[in-house]
Amino acid sequence: MTAPLLQIDGVTIDYNTKKGNLRALRDISFDVNKGEIVGIVGESGCGKSTLISTILQLLPQNAEWKKGAINFKGKNLIACSEKEMRDMRGKDISVIFQDPMQSLNPVITIGRQMVDIQHRSTSPYVEKWQKAIDMLSMVGIADAETRLKQHPFEFSGGMLQRIAIAMALMSRPDLLIADEPTTALDATLEVEIIKRLKDLHKEMGCSILFISHHLGVIAELCQRVVVMYAGSVVEFGSVDEIFFNPKHPYTRRLIECDPGHIKERAKRLPTIPGEIPDLTEALEGCIFQERCSEIIAKCKISTPHFVSVGQNHQAACWLNHNQEPE
Amino acid sequence: MSDPITDKETKVKMSDHRQSEFLKIVGGVAKNPLGLIGLIIVGVFVFCALFADWIVPHDPVGMNIKDRLQGPSTTYFLGTDQLGRDTFSRLIMGSQVALKVALPAVFGAMFIGLTLGMIAGYGPRWLDNFLSLIFDTIRSFPTVMFALAVVALVGPSLQTVVFVVMATSIPIYGRVARTQTLALRNSEFILAERSMGASLFRILGIHMMPNIIGVLSVLAAMDIPTVIALEAGLSFLGLGVKPPTPSWGSLLKDGYALIRQTPWLIVAGGLPIIIATLGFTFLGETLRDVVDPRLRKNR
Repeated sequence: MTAPLLQIDGVTIDYNTKKGNLRALRDISFDVNKGEIVGIVGESGCGKSTLISTILQLLPQNAEWKKGAINFKGKNLIACSEKEMRDMRGKDISVIFQDPMQSLNPVITIGRQMVDIQHRSTSPYVEKWQKAIDMLSMVGIADAETRLKQHPFEFSGGMLQRIAIAMALMSRPDLLIADEPTTALDATLEVEIIKRLKDLHKEMGCSILFISHHLGVIAELCQRVVVMYAGSVVEFGSVDEIFFNPKHPYTRRLIECDPGHIKERAKRLPTIPGEIPDLTEALEGCIFQERCSEIIAKCKISTPHFVSVGQNHQAACWLNHNQEPE
Repeated sequence: MSDPITDKETKVKMSDHRQSEFLKIVGGVAKNPLGLIGLIIVGVFVFCALFADWIVPHDPVGMNIKDRLQGPSTTYFLGTDQLGRDTFSRLIMGSQVALKVALPAVFGAMFIGLTLGMIAGYGPRWLDNFLSLIFDTIRSFPTVMFALAVVALVGPSLQTVVFVVMATSIPIYGRVARTQTLALRNSEFILAERSMGASLFRILGIHMMPNIIGVLSVLAAMDIPTVIALEAGLSFLGLGVKPPTPSWGSLLKDGYALIRQTPWLIVAGGLPIIIATLGFTFLGETLRDVVDPRLRKNR
């Protein structure tokens, strides 16, 4: 097997806040292979967005790099200069953001933005314009030529997200990071965007790192899933393994809470009790211990490490360690 | 959907598009009655200034002692002053002086203020503090006092007036540009640009600037009348343009001395200042409503 496209190895990030060091990412490791769609699930505030900024090296000033390495196409991104990084952004790695209403410049026409994003290309203006038309048609926007002369506010949210996708794919990146691209859209549009992403993925063959808290979307789109909780990865594996054979209590609870999985009519939707622990405090043992219903004595003492619980499937929970023949 | 287009056609379409954008703005301004009045006044004012040399019926600085202090007549529309110079011609020439001060001063200040403001808003904290301190220091001087000091130092001239106006209004633009930049720097589309590999120059010049320039251009349109009045004020005090050159302020000064004998002189000096001020203010206000795409959405 060839080396993975993106290799994240033990990345740990702290934010220096007034309250103390906020441990935003703890020892995150996973791979994204070429042409693969990897999903990241987790509730709000579990470090998904920090992870994106880390990959792009666009962390805010108060972020502190503790340890770890990110390899992209065999290149260590940590060691890259700002200029090298800038050359990579938008060319090898592209991003689609959560809210399309916010992620496009409100005062410039779509056409100018789409031409501007090709700033690395030396081809003449007319060609860039034509490419913008082609890309818009590709994501299914009718009458692309007239549409290019309009401002973002003249489009609907779903259209804007498709435009954002078109812009992100313009440079044919190797890795597309989609940061909750359907969260700001309604359910019917969500299906459409996912379908569009799937088609484009087939056509362009890029890897996609798909971040979402919607399990249904992840199951539909991704081949592998990484489950994050409070800044750490708790479980990862293939989609089938994660959904049919979850081995971490958090993953199990997360799946139970998805409305799509509830079979009976219930007065109250199931939730995971408690909230994400205060990440500024030092924590002994498992990160999920406070909310876990299956807690054992060992959970409070030491942090569980990953064990293989199936083919390409690992989880960090002491319960699984007991199953291991020792 | 996308039939092949030849180079020429696309180019034509692009320039068409840009032109229609300009016409749309002018059309939008003209639709509003206040805007239309402003547009006409400013149009007449600019026309007078541009073609002053051809419009003037008499030499604006040529003296004719025989015809001094005459009332309005068919030869001299607005009479003559104490040296027999045609007031109407001097008034037309005065518009040229007013424009020569107002345009370079306002646009120079806007450009420099915009640049400094964006740097302050986007750059590191210490640079922001430093630039803000300079802005505040300059703004704390009263403009006229500052003007008096500079004129006393280097002597009265057109350039001095332009310099004073520019120096005192850079902080106004700078502070507005800084605030806007601060508000935008963490917005998602700027982050999106950064994650698409845009350089600092590209972010500021192509993405940040169009978001700020609308506000600043309205500020500039409103600032032009202030500058015209300031120039007139300095000339009135004898600190503006040098004497034989006619300025609305010096017309006012000459008229003020003879207010009892020839009241039309002071009217001739004062009215254009008032009308030009009104015209630019109307235009500026309407422009603000038309240019800003965010406001356009709600119309």
